[in-house]
Amino acid sequence: MKNRLKVLRAEYNFTQADLANKLGVSRQTVNAIEKGKFDPSLPLAFKMSKLFQLSIEEIFQNEELE
Amino acid sequence: MKTTNWEIQVKKNTKKLAIWTALWTSSMALATFGPKFIWDENTILTILAVLLNALLGLGMILMNIRHINALDDLQKKIQLDAMGIALGTGVVGGLSYSLLDITNLISNDAEISFLVIFMSVTYMISLLIGQKRYK
Repeated sequence: MKNRLKVLRAEYNFTQADLANKLGVSRQTVNAIEKGKFDPSLPLAFKMSKLFQLSIEEIFQNEELE
Repeated sequence: MKTTNWEIQVKKNTKKLAIWTALWTSSMALATFGPKFIWDENTILTILAVLLNALLGLGMILMNIRHINALDDLQKKIQLDAMGIALGTGVVGGLSYSLLDITNLISNDAEISFLVIFMSVTYMISLLIGQKRYK
């Protein structure tokens, strides 16, 4: 699954550690999601959606559906 | 590198789990060697030592559940993968080892401690591979 997390993080001027702290996850998890190595759970995706005030679809794009 | 609140909480839980594990293994040593070297085969004391070991083991399991529940999505996945591999290889390897004993293909009796060591090593290697994979 593709995502815009890295871009959004840069727009908000967050480091990976800042974002990890705000989401209540490890920095390793933020890094793995940004690199597309790991897809977050629905609750974590909703947390990101709330934090960046975007819909989940605006953050994550399912390549299989495109 | 900045430590997140989440990481501080996980470190606290890991430390608590390490303490419970140390207590459990110490009580295991006490129940194993106590009857021979400390209380001269006294049955009541041996039963108490085994009960203490079981209770501390229960505490360790509950602390492990709390530790895993506090992990984030990725860490849970890494743990689940490692546990699945350790359990799978433990069952398959353990039964193969037992078969070797039953069919007398090995001269010694199959020892449960070998299986525990094998599963522990498999679990640790799987955890390291998982951590490296998502680095």
